Amino acid sequence: MSVIKAENIKFIYGTGTSFEKTALDDVSFEIEEGEFVGIIGHTGSGKSTLVQLLNGLLRPTEGAIYLNGRDIWEKPKKIREIRFKVGMVFQYPEYQLFEETVYKDISFGPKNMGLGVDEIDKRVRSAARFVGIPESRLICSPFELSGGEKRRAAIAGVIAMDPDVLILDEPTAGLDPLGRDALLSQIADYHSVRKNTVLLVSHSMEDIARTADRVLVMSQGKKFMFDTTKSVFSKGEELEEIGLRVPQITKIMQLLRKEGIDVDSTVLTVEQGFNEIRRYAADRLNL
Amino acid sequence: MPVLMHEPKMRIVGGRIPAVRRMGLVRDITLGQYMPGKSLIHRMDARAKTLLLIIIIVFIFVCRNFISLLTISLFSLIVILMTKISFFKYLKSLKVILAMIIFTGVLNLFWGSGRVLWQWWFLKITEGGVNNAIFITVRIAVMMMVSSVLTYTTSATELTEAIERLMKPLKVFHIKVHEIAMMMTIALRFIPVLLEEADKIMNAQKARGADMENGNVFRRVKALVPVLIPLFVSSIRRAGDLAMAMECRCYNGGENRTKMKIMHFSHIDLFAAIISFLIFCAVIYLNLIYPAVI
Repeated sequence: MSVIKAENIKFIYGTGTSFEKTALDDVSFEIEEGEFVGIIGHTGSGKSTLVQLLNGLLRPTEGAIYLNGRDIWEKPKKIREIRFKVGMVFQYPEYQLFEETVYKDISFGPKNMGLGVDEIDKRVRSAARFVGIPESRLICSPFELSGGEKRRAAIAGVIAMDPDVLILDEPTAGLDPLGRDALLSQIADYHSVRKNTVLLVSHSMEDIARTADRVLVMSQGKKFMFDTTKSVFSKGEELEEIGLRVPQITKIMQLLRKEGIDVDSTVLTVEQGFNEIRRYAADRLNL
Repeated sequence: MPVLMHEPKMRIVGGRIPAVRRMGLVRDITLGQYMPGKSLIHRMDARAKTLLLIIIIVFIFVCRNFISLLTISLFSLIVILMTKISFFKYLKSLKVILAMIIFTGVLNLFWGSGRVLWQWWFLKITEGGVNNAIFITVRIAVMMMVSSVLTYTTSATELTEAIERLMKPLKVFHIKVHEIAMMMTIALRFIPVLLEEADKIMNAQKARGADMENGNVFRRVKALVPVLIPLFVSSIRRAGDLAMAMECRCYNGGENRTKMKIMHFSHIDLFAAIISFLIFCAVIYLNLIYPAVI
């Protein structure tokens, strides 16, 4: 059974005012349990609105969203439970830190869930481990941390709720290349260990190519494509039409192929590209 | 997040922010009440407009009988109609203080002397009380609408500029007029930014299960802590960034600073001043020749 199912959702901001704007129009899709889904789209394509709908921060104007087969707005009073099940990490989450210590901040979510002290402690420590915050840092004030550490502490605050679905809205924005790589592999590790569903919104095609199984492409409030990462990135021209592009390495391989060099043009990471070119060279030289 | 100084300023000072940003908390608040237009009132110099409207408000309180009150109210009404902004908008501005108007009106009704019109136990309505009630209601309502004329027809930048220029004489007393005006401009400019940020943080905390809609007052106030602390932290950080950005552009106070838009009095202002002066004289005259009722 699909973990998340969106059925013909439509969302309009400012209904009934002169500022009315349709942010999402008739979007439907299904996400299977344990999948890693990337969401890409041009600025203003409705990505952020979409993810806020998925955890019940916004309510669709039309259509419905099902979590494990149940309409999330079935009981509006119980919407908090949905938010615990669908964990959401916003853009620049480090600006939500507020507690005296990192430990207390990470435990804010679990505490709101009404868990016991021991369970909270267990979750805080395991969440901190996932994002690579050493135990010794847990007693620091969150404001003493470096930018990258703050970001990871904030992400730990959501992971500690142990959600069925983890949504990350541009988690790597504004990080240096090393921090970016580290964070992405931590998220990938988390996904492979916990085996839960992860949705990653990103502007970086490289990040998506590295991590996602399938990619949802949004354009002007509509679902443009929803397919495996390989097949989405094989449609470079269509993506460029809506202001997106394919990962640079994929583009290079596609250009090489155009030039008549017989390489596999569906590679997604630099590593795969390197291996592919080496294979090609080895073939040519009959090594 | 960088300081949003590169954004086109009019977008927010002008009071219209795009639909997408007007969500949640921001949705119900009219930000900056300026409504662009080309009426005579819009075209008046902001200084003249501010000054004359303040004097009108003073004169609303100078009136001591119905005829002078009627005169100044009619004059205000004409000014309001001249702005060519729907009268409905002015009535809406009254909605905010409706409770206050009713409260003071009713209170004044029982507060006065003269012929007793109605009495029950310790409550009595007198002729003086009725007069008081009418006066106070009309005064507050007209005052509110006249101030709305200023905020509806003058952009925030013009307004602070006008206030800076009008307060200039206070420099004699070593009051830092330019700095005060700059602080006002910055405060106004950042209200929408702060609201948007508060909205974002609220959503982030809600996503972590913060419950802000339920519970008693005490619990709700407590639930604001996770929103207020990050908001304060980022405001202070943003203030530092802004100060740095201003210094990078060699801002060093009002000394020798030139203006892009130079204010100048025109014949409209002269005309407005003459008309207003005549009305003010009439009010004083009517005040003197008819008996005062309050």
